[in-house]
Amino acid sequence: MSFLTSLVNGLSLGSIYAIIALGYTMVYGIAKMLNFAHGDFIMVGSYIIFICVSTAGLPPAVGILLAIILCTLLGIGTEKVAYKPLRHAKSNLAVLITAIGVSYLLENLALLIFGADTKSFTNVVTWPGLTLFGGQLRIQGVTIVTILVSLAILIVLQLFINHTKNGQAMLAVAQDQGAATLMGIDVNKTISLTFAIGSGLAAIAGALLCSAYPSLTPYTGAMPGIKAFVAAVLGGIGSIPGAMIGGLVLGIVEILSKTYISSQLSDAIVFGILVVVLLVKPTGLLGKVTQEKV
Amino acid sequence: MTDKILKAMTLKGKAAAGRKSPAATYAFVIAAYAVLELFIRTGVMSSHLQGLLVPMVYYAIVAVGLNICVGILGELSLGHAGFMCIGAFGSAVFSLLTDGVLPDGLRFLFAFLVGVALSTLFGFLIGIPVLRLNGDYLAIVTLAFGEIIKNLLNALYLGIDENGLHASLSNQMALGLSPDGKMLINGAMGVTGTPHDANFTISVVVLLIALFFAQNLVHSKHGRAIMAIRDNRIAAESIGINIVRYKMQAFTISAAIAGAAGVLFSHNISTLQATSQNFGYNVSIMILVYVVLGGIGNLRGSVIAASVLYLLPELLRGLNKYRMLIYSIVLIAVMIFNWAPAAITWRENLAAKIRAGRHGRKENA
Amino acid sequence: MKKTSRIISAVMVSAMAVSMLAGCGSSSTGSASSTAASTAAASADTESAAASGATFKIGAIGPLTGGAAAYGNAVCNAAELAAKEINANGGMNGYQVEVKTEDDELDNQKSVNAYNTLKDWGMQMLVGPTTSACSIAVSEYTKDDNMFQITPSGSAVDCVKYDNVFRVCFSDPAQGTASADYIAEHQLASKIGIIYDSSDVYSSGITQNFVTEAQAKGLTIVSQEAFTADNKTDFSVQLQKAKDGGADLVFLPIYYTEASLILQQANTMGYKPTFFGCDGLDGILSVDNFDTSLAEGVMLLTPFAADADDDLTRNFVAAYEKDYGGTPNQFAADSYDAMYAIKAAVEKANITPDMSVSDICEAMKTAMTQITIDGLTSSGMTWQASGEPNKEPKAVIIKNGAYVSAE
Repeated sequence: MSFLTSLVNGLSLGSIYAIIALGYTMVYGIAKMLNFAHGDFIMVGSYIIFICVSTAGLPPAVGILLAIILCTLLGIGTEKVAYKPLRHAKSNLAVLITAIGVSYLLENLALLIFGADTKSFTNVVTWPGLTLFGGQLRIQGVTIVTILVSLAILIVLQLFINHTKNGQAMLAVAQDQGAATLMGIDVNKTISLTFAIGSGLAAIAGALLCSAYPSLTPYTGAMPGIKAFVAAVLGGIGSIPGAMIGGLVLGIVEILSKTYISSQLSDAIVFGILVVVLLVKPTGLLGKVTQEKV
Repeated sequence: MTDKILKAMTLKGKAAAGRKSPAATYAFVIAAYAVLELFIRTGVMSSHLQGLLVPMVYYAIVAVGLNICVGILGELSLGHAGFMCIGAFGSAVFSLLTDGVLPDGLRFLFAFLVGVALSTLFGFLIGIPVLRLNGDYLAIVTLAFGEIIKNLLNALYLGIDENGLHASLSNQMALGLSPDGKMLINGAMGVTGTPHDANFTISVVVLLIALFFAQNLVHSKHGRAIMAIRDNRIAAESIGINIVRYKMQAFTISAAIAGAAGVLFSHNISTLQATSQNFGYNVSIMILVYVVLGGIGNLRGSVIAASVLYLLPELLRGLNKYRMLIYSIVLIAVMIFNWAPAAITWRENLAAKIRAGRHGRKENA
Repeated sequence: MKKTSRIISAVMVSAMAVSMLAGCGSSSTGSASSTAASTAAASADTESAAASGATFKIGAIGPLTGGAAAYGNAVCNAAELAAKEINANGGMNGYQVEVKTEDDELDNQKSVNAYNTLKDWGMQMLVGPTTSACSIAVSEYTKDDNMFQITPSGSAVDCVKYDNVFRVCFSDPAQGTASADYIAEHQLASKIGIIYDSSDVYSSGITQNFVTEAQAKGLTIVSQEAFTADNKTDFSVQLQKAKDGGADLVFLPIYYTEASLILQQANTMGYKPTFFGCDGLDGILSVDNFDTSLAEGVMLLTPFAADADDDLTRNFVAAYEKDYGGTPNQFAADSYDAMYAIKAAVEKANITPDMSVSDICEAMKTAMTQITIDGLTSSGMTWQASGEPNKEPKAVIIKNGAYVSAE
């Protein structure tokens, strides 16, 4: 039973990593950049919900909606101001560094506005969850909601990308920006749309992350952001199902290694697994192997 | 024959790397050192600035090391703080063991060699799996190794008594140290009591040595081979370059230089902990910022950028709580100004206009 | 490309030039009379700076940005608050006090940088650094400069290894041992689980001493599980292990931020042991929006409780809330007491701001062992020459969302 409990806890953590990783992987696949500030969008979204729900007393649904809208706008804005000018820079490291700058900027702005003290987040999922096997196994409501939401996002994204014009445009831009332009695809618009979706997902991830682990500081998003980045790479960066699987695997491995090996060394074990997976499959679990042309 | 092809191949790479003559870089470092030393001697420099000199130089050193990896080898590493960590801990433990046994100067020399040797060894061992990967996958695995090193050192307990060394990964009690034994690494509490051996002069000497190794590598046959791999791996392989060997060489040297910076780190401050602030991935990223801002492949640029960017937040202290905010805005603005194609064109046009204006004036005169 | 790098260099060089000016500027504010004449070392510079001033200059250091910012801000705010009050009531020994705060980002090296900045400003005494590792690093420098240092919350043993350093809080061994003794004495539990931060000096320090003492007292430790600074959102495993081991008491030698998460997660998994913590847990009731009913029955050994009803605490909390918003935690209380300890010692030894840093320190070393102050964190506090305070830890229990004495 304790194994099942651990598994459920791992699924809960993993599905949050998965939602964050979905945002990471979308932006990477299409705009070809590592958006290191992605984790901080989560923090921004969470603060917006916190203000709406705990300070202004609005219903959680309104807070989440507002957070999604504002994060989407913030994502589009950030891309326009900070990332777009560097899209054709000589080295793709330039935009990576700018993303780090954006990350510092958001963290320090939050620090100035909200202060350093921890805020306790109100769980937006009021459903208490399930109790199975005569009370031996408890699954929290937020865990189930998180898993369902991440699955729903996965399905919607897959449908969107494969069956809509904009989605096809994203695929085209991901494959070859130049050729996509020649085909009459508005690359700028497509990339903006990608950032909009990625940032909106960050707001949702923020709501779920802070509901499951209800503590909010200006640095809340940083570590889950990095873990989700690891998850995205584990699953094969750029691949949407890969991000989902990578997130779940990472969450489960993290919990199981804490349970059965050592809570002190669990970080090392999680990163060790990443190394091993990448050595066996150098492009991640579901990553595409691109053939090198001579 | 291979070398000739290489020379031709990397001609373009050379220009892109923006390398200047090595002598100019040494002269620059020595001149900067002389000026700063003069300020110290005449008492003009505040103690705040004096305290910043050693950290500034060791970050410059690790930036030079990372630039070999990023600029010359062309692989993104996000784990260089890990190598720094190994150099710092290895040398600190050595210094604790030999404190009072060896004379001070000799002890530091050996501690330095031990730190560098350990980071070289780890650079080699980690390089074996890492360099099989490409691009962002390589970057994330270096990040992973950096975090693994940090995590393991946080959990490591090492002590010594008359029965020899004791090590444990769980807690202090598990060491079974005799009462008069001495803790060397006390888990998260790290190493305390490292002698304060590093100073500005020694740091600059280490920087010059690091630059010497880096420049020599760049200008050697090996360096050309490494840059050929960076510019076109397949073409390089086709002319018979041993890809694995040269990649390993560059990566190991890069790690060794980072380890040297770590030695200075631990011998500049009495307490050493493997915290995220000291050796986490964010530190690796900060070093990467130095490298990119100084110019990828430009060793002198790395030195300058590391120095200025390390000083910047410190000098903004007057702005109090706004300083990190200002720092981040400056970082974004400088990146866009230096790297955005539009900004580069605008700058070139401006420069051309100024030049034209000057010529015009001359003609009129 | 060449041009780019030249422009970068130009920017850098100009920044460098600005930096020099800034550096000189900050040193000259404190020592207008001495910069021209002084070509000696910086310590001499600050000493002569002190001679020209008519105020005491006290520095405070802590992490004001970064993950530990809550603690550093508390220390720095409370030091400023105490200075304001002291000045309004006639100052220290008749002289006004100036407090300047600097950020160390929880980084040892930056803490030393902050110390040097304060020294350039003309600091005569130091309140800080906030955290143990930074405090140890800075004490190497205060020893060399013979500057008086009192750390409000640096609890590691090594923080006070030099005779110029004192502290306000309990040491880690004192807290670990006292906690184990208290649990054994009051027979709170026989089986104990521990959840601690293995990447934190404070937490691992207490844990080590707690385990040793608990074993000596015949308590059984059924689980000892760690988390790290990079892995502190999910505590389900640590809690599950304590639960599976049958622990009826979980010892939390950690800070309240993580503890608030642990309480919430224990609640959702339906695990209700007694939670027992040290002074780091103080502040848990003031976490914004925290459901304090979850903390019901939590016990902690702490010298300070923000809702104690003595006048001193009430006035302090009201003033702090007015000026900085938010309830002060034990870091703030420790720092406030540090300022009043300095005041008492200054008046005891009749120290004046025109004395040199080193003379002040020598006088303070003796005076500190002679004073008794009634502070926020204890009444009748005295200090040993080793730098350790003499005070009794108070056990409090949280009842109806408030701290109540457990005795």
